[in-house]
Amino acid sequence: MNDAGTLALAALGLPLCAFVLLAVVAPLRRAGKAAGALGIAAIGGALVAALVLWRSGQGVELAWSWLPAEGGPMATVGILVDPVAAVMLVLVALVSFLVQLYSLGYLEHETGPALGRYYAYHSLFAVSMIGLVLAGNFLQMFIFWELVGLCSYLLIGFWYDKPEAARAAVKAFWTTKVGDLGFIIGIVLLWGRAGTFTFSELFKMAGDGTLAPDGLGLVMFLIYLGAVGKSAQFPLHVWLPDAMEGPTPVSALIHAATMVAAGVYLVTRAYPLFLLTPDVLALIGWVGAFTALLAAVLGLVQADIKRVLAYSTVSQLGYMMAALGAGALGAGFFHLLTHGLFKALLFLGAGAVIHAVGTNDVWRMGRLGGAMPQTAIVFLVGTLALAGIWPLAGFFSKDAVLAGVWEGGLTVPFLMLALTVFLTAFYMFRVVFLVFFGAGRAEGHPHDPPVSMSLPLWTLAGLTVGVGGYFALRGGGQEGHGPGWIPWVSSALAVAGIVCAWVTYQKQAVSAETLARIFAPLYTAAQRKFWLDDFYGAVYRGGFLALSRLVGWVDRYLVDGLVNWASAWTLRVGDRLRRIQTGRAQDYLYGVAFGLLLVIVWSYWP
Amino acid sequence: MGLQPYLLLAACLFAIGLFGVLTRRNAIGILLGIELMLNAVNVNLVAFARYAADPAGLIFALFTISITVAEVALGLAIVILIFRVRRTVEADRLDLLKG
Amino acid sequence: MDLNVWILSLITWMPFVGALLIMFTARHRPRAVRLIAAVATGISLLLSLVAYARFDGDVDAARFQFYQKVALVPPLGISYEVGADGIGLVLVLLTAIIIFAGVFASWTVETRSQEFYALLLVLVTGVFGVFVSLDLFVFFLFYELAVLPMYLLIGIWGSSAQIRPRGLFGWAMRETGVGSKEYAAMKLTLYLLLGSAFILVGILALYMAAGGASFSFLEMEGVAFDPVLQRWVFLLFYVGFGILAGIWPLHTWSPDGHASAPTAVSMLHAGVLMKLGAYGVVRLGMGLLPEGTHDWVPLVGTIATINIVYGALSAMAQTDLKYVIAYSSVSHMGIVLLGAATLTEAGLNGSVFQMFAHGIMTGLFFALVGLVYEKAHSREIFRMGGFGRMMPGIATAFTIGGLSSLGLPATAGFVAEFLTFLGAWRSAHSWWLFPAVAGTFLTAIYVLRVVKQIFWGAVPAGGEFHDLPDARGPEWVALVLLIFVIVLFGVAPGIALGPIDTATVPLLARLGALP
Repeated sequence: MNDAGTLALAALGLPLCAFVLLAVVAPLRRAGKAAGALGIAAIGGALVAALVLWRSGQGVELAWSWLPAEGGPMATVGILVDPVAAVMLVLVALVSFLVQLYSLGYLEHETGPALGRYYAYHSLFAVSMIGLVLAGNFLQMFIFWELVGLCSYLLIGFWYDKPEAARAAVKAFWTTKVGDLGFIIGIVLLWGRAGTFTFSELFKMAGDGTLAPDGLGLVMFLIYLGAVGKSAQFPLHVWLPDAMEGPTPVSALIHAATMVAAGVYLVTRAYPLFLLTPDVLALIGWVGAFTALLAAVLGLVQADIKRVLAYSTVSQLGYMMAALGAGALGAGFFHLLTHGLFKALLFLGAGAVIHAVGTNDVWRMGRLGGAMPQTAIVFLVGTLALAGIWPLAGFFSKDAVLAGVWEGGLTVPFLMLALTVFLTAFYMFRVVFLVFFGAGRAEGHPHDPPVSMSLPLWTLAGLTVGVGGYFALRGGGQEGHGPGWIPWVSSALAVAGIVCAWVTYQKQAVSAETLARIFAPLYTAAQRKFWLDDFYGAVYRGGFLALSRLVGWVDRYLVDGLVNWASAWTLRVGDRLRRIQTGRAQDYLYGVAFGLLLVIVWSYWP
Repeated sequence: MGLQPYLLLAACLFAIGLFGVLTRRNAIGILLGIELMLNAVNVNLVAFARYAADPAGLIFALFTISITVAEVALGLAIVILIFRVRRTVEADRLDLLKG
Repeated sequence: MDLNVWILSLITWMPFVGALLIMFTARHRPRAVRLIAAVATGISLLLSLVAYARFDGDVDAARFQFYQKVALVPPLGISYEVGADGIGLVLVLLTAIIIFAGVFASWTVETRSQEFYALLLVLVTGVFGVFVSLDLFVFFLFYELAVLPMYLLIGIWGSSAQIRPRGLFGWAMRETGVGSKEYAAMKLTLYLLLGSAFILVGILALYMAAGGASFSFLEMEGVAFDPVLQRWVFLLFYVGFGILAGIWPLHTWSPDGHASAPTAVSMLHAGVLMKLGAYGVVRLGMGLLPEGTHDWVPLVGTIATINIVYGALSAMAQTDLKYVIAYSSVSHMGIVLLGAATLTEAGLNGSVFQMFAHGIMTGLFFALVGLVYEKAHSREIFRMGGFGRMMPGIATAFTIGGLSSLGLPATAGFVAEFLTFLGAWRSAHSWWLFPAVAGTFLTAIYVLRVVKQIFWGAVPAGGEFHDLPDARGPEWVALVLLIFVIVLFGVAPGIALGPIDTATVPLLARLGALP
């Protein structure tokens, strides 16, 4: 095992130790703050390991037997470090570290045991996410994939006595599980063809043509379904907005920066295989672009600041997927990284606001820019990055995505994404104007957060600016090879969106109600979330629950009923036969005599 | 005279006894019917003994007679006990074996 | 005394000795009763760990290790012959864990605790005996010993449920008294005895066909039985053992029985006894009748998929917590039989692993349901709510059990299900994969629904559930042990798969099912 292996194992092992300690040592967990310190220290160590690993640029692949079988293990567990994994590892460790630090301030009013539980979940999440990033085969990826889903479930339901939180947690688990069904079937099918789960072996087979391409489309589509669920692509995006019932730092970490990006990471990881199936890739592109547009439309009508951010996350995940589908692997992954930074920033900023005013409703906030200037500045940085304004990180990655999609020949998706650029700027600045400017509607005395919360904010803001500045100085993004007009168009659209939001929500020259009336059918549909949630609810109640009730009835009253019927008839017939036993000796003698007669007749029968 | 008339007589006796056992409602009457059936057997035994010139049948008949006596004594005793307990010897009422 | 020879007998008879001690020395001393039970089962557990450690994992080593043979009735070829291969070893360990946990989980049984524990221990001796016997006659004796005490255990210490019979056969259900513990005990016993009748006929048929000289499994293995006989006898074994394994549509004893049984008995019954059925199909059916196996495997696998989906849907429809868990057992036993029916290395390994994994998690479930019932005096799911705040420990344990049940990775359930999926896809009937995967989704629905309803949300108004206590001392022993095993075998499945593989590979080779 070389240095890279040790470092990767350290990154994985430190949070694992923290989790095991917190899970097993109850007093430590109940101590709350101490548990938090342990979790933060562990993830901090992991961050250092990840950074060193990333800077060293070393790659490594390790594997140990996991499922033994005759003639070599059926499956292995191990570690695969390559440039993609290394940089993703840094992102995960960094955001996890900052979020855990931030949570210490955000959740200061929680009881000790609750806080301990929170940090135990967070450590488990860190282990799972790092394990997912470092996975060297599909099976291991699936294992950690499910574990991050578990952490998401547990953390959404952190305030488990809140009925909405409980419902949202379960909904998130079920919805992503639908995608995971496809994922696991895909893995099994792929194993049936190739006999291995390991990426490197599969890629080798894909490269030299030993993996037959016919029928592979279905397999890769099934695997992609896993990404649809986890990365909240249409039509399985419905869980992500509801997931905002969890604490805000959780939304920042899991439902914005890292876990939801796992789907994009999966497609990135398995890209050599997806390249064999161009149809599936095109589908990924189309679905991604459609998701981006749909979520942007939904984001326009939300009153809950976190839900706006959630829909924007769905929308940006659509961008990433669209880029991957168009063949722009680097662009999609680049957007994943920058989005991880500025979306975490936005969520943590929103958390600071919510922490200060005690509500999620943007209509009950306003003029907070004066009361909490630091938060306003970092939030504005994040918003500008998300809108795609030069020279912030989002500008370069978004341009790379747009260029990639255009180059990939997906014209209609490109138009959808371009429209989304406008909508994104509009709904984000709607939030900015409503929350930080405009009329003062907030109650109480909002103020900037304590240092444990503002430090992560400034770090992320600095990174957002720094990454953008780095590319601005270098003159362009990683894959800025598209036509020269794309940056201009996208910037113009973004600025147009900002101006529209300013006109509508700051100047109030156009009333929002009028806009709603003009787009009435669309507005209603967006309010109803395009009836998708209603549809799933109907499927759940009318499909699963009704079917289960039917089966339950059949089991109790037909299958078991038949058993009881047989048993009851046995009892009844026995009851009838009992009457032969009159108890009178003479009746029995009749029987004897009759029997004797029968014997005689039988023996003398001709 | 051949064997046949004796056997016919015994069969008649047996049938009459069986009829008595089956139809009598009084326990004493049933016991009498049983006596008749046993005696039908005795007639058969004696007839065959004579016919086959084998004294074993006679010995059997003697045994049967003595056992019959014992049986009647026992049967009557039971009937008396039943009468003491149930205040009746009507066979229809004695249905303790009823299932 | 060579430990390697005696170890299986010691494991098997230790609970029996404990039962005798309880009956003769511990009258009116409930603490002594529990202590003896804990020590006896603890020794069995320790010894099975020792056996596990001493097991020679080399595939070429003797398949049945720790072999011991004592002639009992030489003229008929009956002998006390024990030995364990990888499958038996894992199941012996499972039994030892479950009964040890079960003793602690039912620490609070008050009525006639002396007889309760004695019967429980006798039953366990029967279970151990089945897993280690290599003589079919003795196998059958142990089998009956494992089945019969159940009647008393449920009939005396059980609890009744309220079921209002309706529908087509409502009158019949009223007449038979559905829902009462006496009904459940009788139903379970009748069903299982019916199964035993099939098994006995099958065993005798093989004995006669093999020449009537020996009941030894090892000798019968060498006999090539007539294919027609094989076909019939496999069906007998499948139905006979299948009843105990809960195959559809002969499964309905299981929900009623498990719901009515006291905690430790449900644990043992769903956790271990149902595995006896599956073990019988694999060991006797597949082990002795290769051609019969090939004839019937399509049916076995198809019914197993019905079990998976149907059991899960039925579980979803229940409102009584114990019934939910009982139906989930029906569903999970489908995975066991499906894995076996695939006739692939992955599938059969998954099947045996699922026997173990399901045994542990269902044991955990029934222990928890028992605890919840003991504290809240309710099993009605939709009347409970918000228990997580009052009993965080129980809530955590229940969640872990549930996650294992829905096949979440890093729990034992995932390994078993995943292996079965692989096997199903590689088998001759690859469509089996889809109902099996669908089953995991349905499981996710009903398990999380139950968790959410009982432990999450707010406590229902009315003050009925006020200040419920969490689990206490001895109960924690059971919970922690079972959770530890679930996670350990989920993270490092090789511990169990190594020995299992040494047994399944020769079995599949005999079936001609290895590539």
